[in-house]
Amino acid sequence: MESFPQGSVGLVQPQTQQFDTPLALANGRTLHNYQLVYETYGTLNEDCSNAVLVCHALSGDHHAAGFHSETDKRPGWWDNYIGPGKAIDTNKFFVVSPNNIGGCSGSTGPLTTNPETGKPWGSDFPTLRVRDWVETQKALADLLNIKQWAAIVGGSLGGMQAMRWALEYPDRVRHCVAIASALKLTAQNIAFNETARQAIMADPSFFDGQYLEKNTIPRDGLAVARMIGHITYLSGDGMGQKFGRDLRSGSFQLGTDDPLEFEIESYLRYQGSKFSTAFDANTYILMTRALDYFDLAREYDHDAVKAFSHAQCKFLILSFTTDWRFSPVRSQEIVQALLHAKKSVSYAEIESTYGHDAFLIPNERYNQAFTAYMKNVAADIPQGGRQ
Amino acid sequence: MRIDLDVILSYVAENSHVLDLGCGDGTLLALLRDKKNIQGIGLEYDQEKIVECIEKNIAVVQHNLNNGLSEFDDNSYDVVIMTLALQAMQRPDQVLDEMLRIGKECIVTFPNFGHWKARWHLALYGRMPVSDLLPYQWYDTPNIHFCTVRDFENLCWQKNITIVHRDMVAANSISEGLCKLHPNLFSETAVYHLTRN
Repeated sequence: MESFPQGSVGLVQPQTQQFDTPLALANGRTLHNYQLVYETYGTLNEDCSNAVLVCHALSGDHHAAGFHSETDKRPGWWDNYIGPGKAIDTNKFFVVSPNNIGGCSGSTGPLTTNPETGKPWGSDFPTLRVRDWVETQKALADLLNIKQWAAIVGGSLGGMQAMRWALEYPDRVRHCVAIASALKLTAQNIAFNETARQAIMADPSFFDGQYLEKNTIPRDGLAVARMIGHITYLSGDGMGQKFGRDLRSGSFQLGTDDPLEFEIESYLRYQGSKFSTAFDANTYILMTRALDYFDLAREYDHDAVKAFSHAQCKFLILSFTTDWRFSPVRSQEIVQALLHAKKSVSYAEIESTYGHDAFLIPNERYNQAFTAYMKNVAADIPQGGRQ
Repeated sequence: MRIDLDVILSYVAENSHVLDLGCGDGTLLALLRDKKNIQGIGLEYDQEKIVECIEKNIAVVQHNLNNGLSEFDDNSYDVVIMTLALQAMQRPDQVLDEMLRIGKECIVTFPNFGHWKARWHLALYGRMPVSDLLPYQWYDTPNIHFCTVRDFENLCWQKNITIVHRDMVAANSISEGLCKLHPNLFSETAVYHLTRN
């Protein structure tokens, strides 16, 4: 137990919760029952008033912090910012991190069995929207007796969930933290997602999404989809600094004809290959569609100011200078709508060369702003039954 | 406490909605929150200061004031404040218009370039004044539009801006007395409380 690094939540154990209340989905279909896998860090106080919901992004899951075993080398995806003394301080907060439905890490999704057919859902799994996740997270909150989240926090697609919560259940969230997020995707952003989906669907092993029945997976297609995504999560400068035109093998010496490979090619192929066996292709399609469909203000006459006028919480919005997938301009749109709606909002555009991925990576200024804000969230926790 | 903060505090009504342009480390907004129970938001460009604002539990938005203030609606704040930053704006006159569009009232403070020390410096040495309050050389100063008390009041007159209050702040009590006699010569910092009507 002593072997875990300082500031780590240490060994964590995912939990599974079955829900038997039918879930009416945004697309009109119904999930008669579903299960959520989730992790928690820290301790829920007596009032159940110190809970923080962490919402994951496209390829994330419930494992946000800590380690699954003594020999586990890789901590959860947001371990840099969740733990004792870290930005989301587990000495103060009870952190809840679920895997969203439609995911592929244990919660009900394309990999799980459709009770009506007895076969895996595959591509028959209902198309989801961000609000569906909010509903399942609310069911989990009810179960844990959390009447109001101290904060709901997320990056990218996770930020969209946090903002949707603020509109759907305004009295159940005190602070909303949306990092590297957007009110809605741009045409260019949807275009990247569609290209990734087409790469998956073009794989001969895709079988219209029912590949599990054929005992195969569209490995190559998912790998290319991930490579496309990965390029857009990094910045051009960051990629240049890390890889440049360095060669992994071969040389340009005249008279040589050895196979040449750039470092960036090797890196992308490795990332794609690793992802293609760890993630589910149908989930990737489902998650990217949820991203595409999200439009915070759609039900509010496409007026983000009108949408945010329903919110009661305070907001922290952060963006990163080199993020071009969810550029600072997208975050500024959120901030401007919040200002027009006269909501309390803090905003900073953090310097980073890491592009969209920056929200996962250690960064001094980001950590300072995030930590300072979460300290205010902690100071806002009602104590001793006071509300 | 910075010398003009007390004066500003006296101009702001309890429970006001306040927008502070160039709010720095949030000292003024925190003071107004604690003493006047205001709801405030600050705009600041320097990230170190943004973090200090958040540490004081002040809502702060990273913003370059020279890019305008179009995200703020007309009459959306009770008071819009700008302390010791007007002289660093590209177009102080337009900033003043914007402040009075967004706020029902506005409070502006600026270093008075007509102060006798500044005049003395220029007259005696023939060089641009450098002081404790304005410690920059002419080539590296962020303060690109200096004005005197008389210049500022002339601009207000041209723009038909009403001066509700004005206070001249000096470093010591002797200067305070002289300020009343000849503000343009003896005040180091000028504090103006303005409105459109």
